[in-house]
Amino acid sequence: MTIAKLGYTLLGLFIVWNWGFLMGAIFRKIGARVSGRIGIPFYQPWINFFKSVGVRTTITHGVMYYLGPVFRLTGGIGLLFFMPLIYTGDPNGMWTNFSFEGDLILILYFQLFGMLGMAMGAGEGGHPYSAMGIARGLAQHAAVELPLTLAILSIAIQYDTFSMYKIVEAQQGGFQNWVLFTNPFAAGAIILAMLGAMGHSPFNLVKAPNEILIGPATEYEGTYLGFMQSAGSILHVMEAVLFMNLVFGGATSWPELIVKTFLIYFWSVFVGMVFPRYKIEQSITWFFKVPLVLGVLAIIVFSF
Amino acid sequence: MSEKDMNSKVSEMLARSEANAKNSGKKFVRPEDEEREVVAPDGSIIKVNPIYDYFSGARPEEEKPRNGIVEKFLNWARAESIWVLGFGTGCGSIEIPPLVTPRFDMFRFGVQMRPTPRQSNAFIISGYLSVKTLKRVIRTYEQMPSPKYVLALGSCTINGGMYYDSYSTINRLDHYIPVDVYIAGCMPRPEALLAGFGKLKELIKAGKAEKANEYARNFDWYKANQKKIVKDWNMPDYNW
Repeated sequence: MTIAKLGYTLLGLFIVWNWGFLMGAIFRKIGARVSGRIGIPFYQPWINFFKSVGVRTTITHGVMYYLGPVFRLTGGIGLLFFMPLIYTGDPNGMWTNFSFEGDLILILYFQLFGMLGMAMGAGEGGHPYSAMGIARGLAQHAAVELPLTLAILSIAIQYDTFSMYKIVEAQQGGFQNWVLFTNPFAAGAIILAMLGAMGHSPFNLVKAPNEILIGPATEYEGTYLGFMQSAGSILHVMEAVLFMNLVFGGATSWPELIVKTFLIYFWSVFVGMVFPRYKIEQSITWFFKVPLVLGVLAIIVFSF
Repeated sequence: MSEKDMNSKVSEMLARSEANAKNSGKKFVRPEDEEREVVAPDGSIIKVNPIYDYFSGARPEEEKPRNGIVEKFLNWARAESIWVLGFGTGCGSIEIPPLVTPRFDMFRFGVQMRPTPRQSNAFIISGYLSVKTLKRVIRTYEQMPSPKYVLALGSCTINGGMYYDSYSTINRLDHYIPVDVYIAGCMPRPEALLAGFGKLKELIKAGKAEKANEYARNFDWYKANQKKIVKDWNMPDYNW
């Protein structure tokens, strides 16, 4: 049973990895079409990945530097391992992965895990722009976590559980049961905080292309970069799955998961296409305004 | 001016700068960057070697291609994913920004700009190289991971172009770093640059773009040439 479950989880990881690459390419393609270009071929991320892995020179700055991408990849895979991907009605079903009672807390931790790893790696990499990028990243993450955690706690109070599976189960039976409609304050806070968690413009000051190179990843090349590309694709999908499970009723089949994650990701890309980049102080104060108020309201409404 | 004359002029210039260096007792490292002992705040004496504390000075080594079909596949991936270092070295860098516009759109060929040498595999030397820029170019080139490719844009990289007799520019780029593709013209239009990328792709796919190994093989010759030009060396011989 456990072996079969592990097999399904690894298969899910493979699908998510590929879907992340494809989704990234589709959004770059959309961005190109918006600006009137043809854009990259849809298979470009795979080529980039294989090229990165095939680089001959490998440069290392030490153990911490090496652990950066490893932590980031672990963050993505950890999210996947403990998050139910597809709701099948059976808590030990094949696509529920290794979710357990209280997995929500672990998932919240894994969401931050990659960023912490990158802080380590960027620190030892020693490039000033890496340090600058990761300092901004952690600051922004602190601001994102506050409304996000309040909203998630509100959902936990609402359904009286810390189990992601039960939260998804409670939302089954039609869209009117989604948290989006049963707990609009928490949903609002999550939908706004999601923009920061996804890291697209206007909240892309961690990487800040053209300003601080590409931030924490400045010193990474070759296989390290290949790891980080994989981690990025897995994290993008898994964060979309997290918000899908929390707010949009989860998914009952792979096509539903793909459509929902695409639309959730599209929301952050759409906002990014329209709004230019914030400075760090603007971004942090933004999260402390409407999203935080919504988060606090969500807690107040469901605590009493 | 024929190529023979140009070569003799270059060697004459090199000889002159070498003579100057000998006369002035030229040192390659600034006094404050030399290896020395310093007193730490707690009174202990420690050795510092600023240059090697920051950079590795290890010589580059030839890196053998993998076998057969694996290398072919990787070469295809490298050719279809050319990441260009965004570093404007000369006046030709003004021809690079149009490549990202709808009219030329280099992304459809798998070419994109990267902001850091660590993640790039192609380096565009965009026009003349002044003596000061040459030093930065050498450092940047050496920081790029192998396999790496150099595109030389414009006549100045081939024979000095209109700056052939300038005191502050170098004339032949391939005396200092190995060049894969030359794109002639003054200035070549963005279409020519795209054609250059096409040529580079052909070379990579045919397994003929192994200039990084050539650099490692002829390392002493390249270093000697570079040191004749760069007055204020002040860095290790090889710095990544």
